[in-house]
Amino acid sequence: MSGEAASHVLLARGVTKRFGGLVAVNNIDFQIPLGSIVSIIGPNGAGKTTFFNIIAGIYDPTSGDVEFQGRRMIARPRRAWIEPFLWFLPAFIGIAVALILVASGGAEAAIIITIFVTLVFLMISLVTGVARPPGYQRFLTRIGIFRSARPNDMVEAGLGRTFQNIRLFQNMTALENVQVGMHTKLKTTWLDAMLSLPRDRREEVESVARARELLQLVGLPGRHGELAKNLPYGDQRRLEVARALASEPALLLLDEPTAGMNPRETRDMIGLINRLRQDLGLTILLIEHDMRVVMEISDRVTVLDHGELIAEGTPDEIRRNPKVIEAYLGTAPV
Amino acid sequence: MTAWIRSIVPPERLASIQAFSGRHRSTTVIVVMFIVSVVLFFWSDYPPFSLFQPHNAWIGGFVNAGVLILLAMGLNVVIGMAGLLDLGYAAFFAIGAYFYAFGASPFTGLHLPFLLLLFLGAICAALFGIVLGAPTLRLRGDYLAIVTLGFGEIVPILFLNLDRYTQGTNGITGVDRPNILGVQFPGIDQTLYFVLMAVVVTITMILLYRVQSSRLGRAWMAIREDELAAAANGINTVTTKLLAFAIGATTAGFAGVLNASKLTIVDPSQFLFTVSFTVATVIVLGGMGNIWGVAVAAFLIYMIQSVVLKQLTGFFDVVPIPILTDINFVQFQFLLFGIALVLMMLFRPEGLFPERRRARELHEGTDADGGDGANVDEDVLVEART
Repeated sequence: MSGEAASHVLLARGVTKRFGGLVAVNNIDFQIPLGSIVSIIGPNGAGKTTFFNIIAGIYDPTSGDVEFQGRRMIARPRRAWIEPFLWFLPAFIGIAVALILVASGGAEAAIIITIFVTLVFLMISLVTGVARPPGYQRFLTRIGIFRSARPNDMVEAGLGRTFQNIRLFQNMTALENVQVGMHTKLKTTWLDAMLSLPRDRREEVESVARARELLQLVGLPGRHGELAKNLPYGDQRRLEVARALASEPALLLLDEPTAGMNPRETRDMIGLINRLRQDLGLTILLIEHDMRVVMEISDRVTVLDHGELIAEGTPDEIRRNPKVIEAYLGTAPV
Repeated sequence: MTAWIRSIVPPERLASIQAFSGRHRSTTVIVVMFIVSVVLFFWSDYPPFSLFQPHNAWIGGFVNAGVLILLAMGLNVVIGMAGLLDLGYAAFFAIGAYFYAFGASPFTGLHLPFLLLLFLGAICAALFGIVLGAPTLRLRGDYLAIVTLGFGEIVPILFLNLDRYTQGTNGITGVDRPNILGVQFPGIDQTLYFVLMAVVVTITMILLYRVQSSRLGRAWMAIREDELAAAANGINTVTTKLLAFAIGATTAGFAGVLNASKLTIVDPSQFLFTVSFTVATVIVLGGMGNIWGVAVAAFLIYMIQSVVLKQLTGFFDVVPIPILTDINFVQFQFLLFGIALVLMMLFRPEGLFPERRRARELHEGTDADGGDGANVDEDVLVEART
């Protein structure tokens, strides 16, 4: 397993997702080798985006698990029912103490203070449970409780993504969008911000400089102050890529990066994706409908149809695969 | 708004002032607050102010306005910056006030130092902010508004009915006046309260400005814009929203302690829904998200509420105009607020002093090709998961 972890950024085993009676994704095994560009293709409704959302931590899978960077991140929860008991542990202890105090005829003030302290502890544990900071998650793993990672945990672990329909922060500037993308890389807490220490001011200045570099990289120099919604469509797609890159991901998920683009913009995007792999050494997972794009840049192509994985291979193999042709064009009349 | 300023100050001068205030925001806040406080303090001794009320009544009014400013700036964090519609904000105000009353009154027999209680009260309010925030994290918009509304009703009712601990409707009386480092605040002269309030408002304003332009402020803005995209960019939406509730409640806690120490009485009728409503009105009028705009609006609203309407009533008692003489304008304040809100929504939804960004959001479609419809499908999917 450790051998696989070293050569694969992401490893999905038997991933299934049901929405009620609909099996959107059925038992998919899938891996992304380090430094490669992998595409997922398939007809509409094949379950590509659902699979994508499972990897990104937005859905919990019905079964199966996903290992990311050698760590098991996404799977069905294990022993999660224990967790609420942990949260209410301080409450149980507090109630016990209060009862003992009542039984032994303790002063009213002491009982009130006990209740108050209990409430404070209960609140701390509840908030920790809801917020799930990384330390708390490590603690859970150590005592054998597993909960699937949430989107922000996946970003923290090194996954960046873009959306099929652009989801930029429309009323923020391009620069601010990228700065939000940097969220996990910045350290300033609310207290630091209030004190405005030199360290934090420096971090802020550096984040602006870094955001400008990223905008330069995706080909949007000189548009920092522009509102996201005022950018042309192609530029919005690039900005989304820049925002995803800001978290310094190991794996970049691009959901139809060339959807709705004209041929020239598509060519630019292909160039950008190739540059990202060569210059930044990124591993990229792509969902795409444009076959020219897929065949041109992918190392491996995976084909989904009706939630099932029907083919996997190099672009050339896929092009000749009869099952793929059937999925796209239907069976030839005999 | 800026048009009349431009007519007085030459544009290049204005630009350099704006650049300076952008770079040195804290200094600017201190200077402006100092000038405003000094002007208000001394001018209230001279006409036209002195015609209406004596100096001391003005100063007392300014202190009360300060309480409303604090409340408005705090709620502005929750509604304006993080976009969480909170209609039960008066609850945190009540918690701060009662905390001070428990800590410094003959009722409990405790007489703890004022500054200690000021901070503990704020922390206590922040804790309750988290208590309210935690269960409501999955709610948005109107659902959140209803839950917070409920919370805002529960808290004063609890204080009303737990009369063994709070003296119910009578409230806790004889609350200590502040005593800061040996300086005892007198009962009638309001000068020290005025100074204290000016300092607290200034500090709060500086801190909120700093938070707004920090990583946290950006995260709030991102959540307000698109929560799923925010999460997909590594923002822990849970902690970020809880922080908004906590920081908003902290400010209300300060306001509560200061208000209790000024009035020396705390009773449940001070924290009814009308308070939450007034503060929300202030935010809408002032321009959501704009800290100074909200502060100015709070000041104006308080002055209209406590001075202008009262003076109008008094004025028409003397001047016999048939219908107006019979009207008590003070009783109509909420009607007037309501009308003002409706008019604002119709003609200037971004508020009197809009935050640059909010103005853009509300005038969407006029200057951009929206594209919001495309987000619907994924919102539905997210709800299917939760």
